[in-house]
Amino acid sequence: MTVHSQGAMTAAPQDAPHKPAGRPEETASPTGPGPTSPRGGRKSLPSGWLPYLLVAPAVLALATLLLYPLIKNVILSFQDINKIEFIQRKYPFAGFSNYTQLIGDADFWTVVARSFAFTAANVALIMVLGSLIGILLNRLGKKMRLVLSMALVMAWAMPIVASVQVFKWLFDEQFGVMNWVMRSAGFAGYEQHNWMQTGLSTLTIVTVLVVWGSIPFVALNMYAGLTTVGAELYEAARMDGANGWQTFWKIVFPNLRPFFLITTFLEVIWVFKAFTQVYAMNKGGPDRASEILPVFAYVEGQSQAHYGLAAAISVLTILILVVVMSFYFRLILKQEEEQ
Amino acid sequence: MSSPTTTAPKPAQQLRKRRPVRPAAVVKNLGALLLALVFVFPVYWMFSSALKPSSQMLTKDPVFVFTPTLDNFTKATGVSNFWTYVTNSVLVTVGAVALALLVALAASFAIARMRFKGRKGLVLTVMMAQMAPWEVMVIAMYMIARDGEMLNSLPLLTAIYFVMILPFTIWTLRGFIAAVPVTLEEAAQIDGCTRGQAFRKVIFPLLAPGLMSTSLFGFITAWNEFAMVLILNKDKSAQTLPLWLTEFMSAFGNDWGATMAASSLFAVPVLLIFIFLQRKAVGGMTAGAVKG
Repeated sequence: MTVHSQGAMTAAPQDAPHKPAGRPEETASPTGPGPTSPRGGRKSLPSGWLPYLLVAPAVLALATLLLYPLIKNVILSFQDINKIEFIQRKYPFAGFSNYTQLIGDADFWTVVARSFAFTAANVALIMVLGSLIGILLNRLGKKMRLVLSMALVMAWAMPIVASVQVFKWLFDEQFGVMNWVMRSAGFAGYEQHNWMQTGLSTLTIVTVLVVWGSIPFVALNMYAGLTTVGAELYEAARMDGANGWQTFWKIVFPNLRPFFLITTFLEVIWVFKAFTQVYAMNKGGPDRASEILPVFAYVEGQSQAHYGLAAAISVLTILILVVVMSFYFRLILKQEEEQ
Repeated sequence: MSSPTTTAPKPAQQLRKRRPVRPAAVVKNLGALLLALVFVFPVYWMFSSALKPSSQMLTKDPVFVFTPTLDNFTKATGVSNFWTYVTNSVLVTVGAVALALLVALAASFAIARMRFKGRKGLVLTVMMAQMAPWEVMVIAMYMIARDGEMLNSLPLLTAIYFVMILPFTIWTLRGFIAAVPVTLEEAAQIDGCTRGQAFRKVIFPLLAPGLMSTSLFGFITAWNEFAMVLILNKDKSAQTLPLWLTEFMSAFGNDWGATMAASSLFAVPVLLIFIFLQRKAVGGMTAGAVKG
């Protein structure tokens, strides 16, 4: 659960078997409790206001606390709000100046490039290693499979803020285990190596943390998917003399293609907005060198008091996410239709 | 077993008997063991450091064998206003989950059992809301809260967490409700129940396991949330445990033992819930993603 709002939490949950759509329903008696004449046959739909009444609280909640902040975010990005305006609570309209300022700012592009590189590296590692471990799980005996999956569940379940603290301790300059491991492995220069010395090094640790925490989701789901492929297919492939590599590309991958695509998109979304991991690790430091887009927006707004600019960064970040999400939803909807 | 090399469906085969140990199997099992160690090590190190006496904590080479002590936990929980953080965290998560369950039950019942104008749009909205980039909306939320004089407000935080977990809750409950055969409801109504009674007496009891696991997932999300509370509640009296955990080092200097004890305390409830829920967590996505 890691990059993911602890991953699983946002994964599309299991959907129960659908009823065929268009099935007529019992009429609702919109009068609360009270005897109704029992009906044998089904009548057509309960229309009227009952369903609207039932969904109203949910719609209202989403509108006030999700839609409104999103709209507010866009409005803020067109306003000029710095320290003085913030204190006076007067937010003058600024047109596109926040956006033009960003686009002309080399630092912004550095952060964008960093975000993309960080996401690409993490997702590639998560998908490749996660799939390999999933395949391994599928080939293990019962006992070893239990051992490995329990270990995976442990890593998956660790709350992000807690695991960040643990990784800071593992990579501690003076007494961290990692420096000891490096020394024991015979590397020089790890007497008191500061792992947070550069932005790249900091993000490398964040990557280790994110990959460690995200692999379980991919591996366990991959294993679950592999069990649906069916042993006789593997058997047949083996009989035909296919090696492991061929079996994977000819049998496993085509069968699990939707899984790979959906998981990859989910991971891209989760990693791209991995605010907590990066911020809790080193607050985007040293010297702002490990900021990815969401952290960049936060620091610009909170520490630098450039609220309008921060809102513009958020809008652009959300737009990038929307592009990725649209791919994801196309896939999900296709799945829905196929079922 | 020889079989023709066709892909024609074969009768279910007996599971193959385990062969005598081959080197490949040894490598496989050793690899798995090593991987298990890698994945579990940070978790183990957290607990082990939390129980380590401070004299054996800050050594050049790590100490693996020691007499466990609870000193670090005493230190961690002895922080001024530790219980404020605990109370806030519990209040906010429980409040958010309870609200989400109530609101989601109504909405998911409508979505699963009724057809009405705008239903499809609502389903889509819920799906999209599930992916809402909350971490990227903190600045806007901060401005709204400040202009509405709602900074450092636990009710606002509860409301935000409630909306965060609402889409997921609606989505899962809808699945659980759809899984209950309509005929059960109809039978109850034939026996003279109203629709409301049929829901209360027939569907609701069948939903209990679903409600349980759904609310635990919601609980974890709210329990772990960091970005919103970081920006909205700068006041220590309105902060939750994730902030307590990240502020710990600055408050304690370099006390890794106490920090690990704090992290353990924070992580244990989640680890327990996860072990309990792991079956439900896995396969949820793939069930929909893999053509069976």
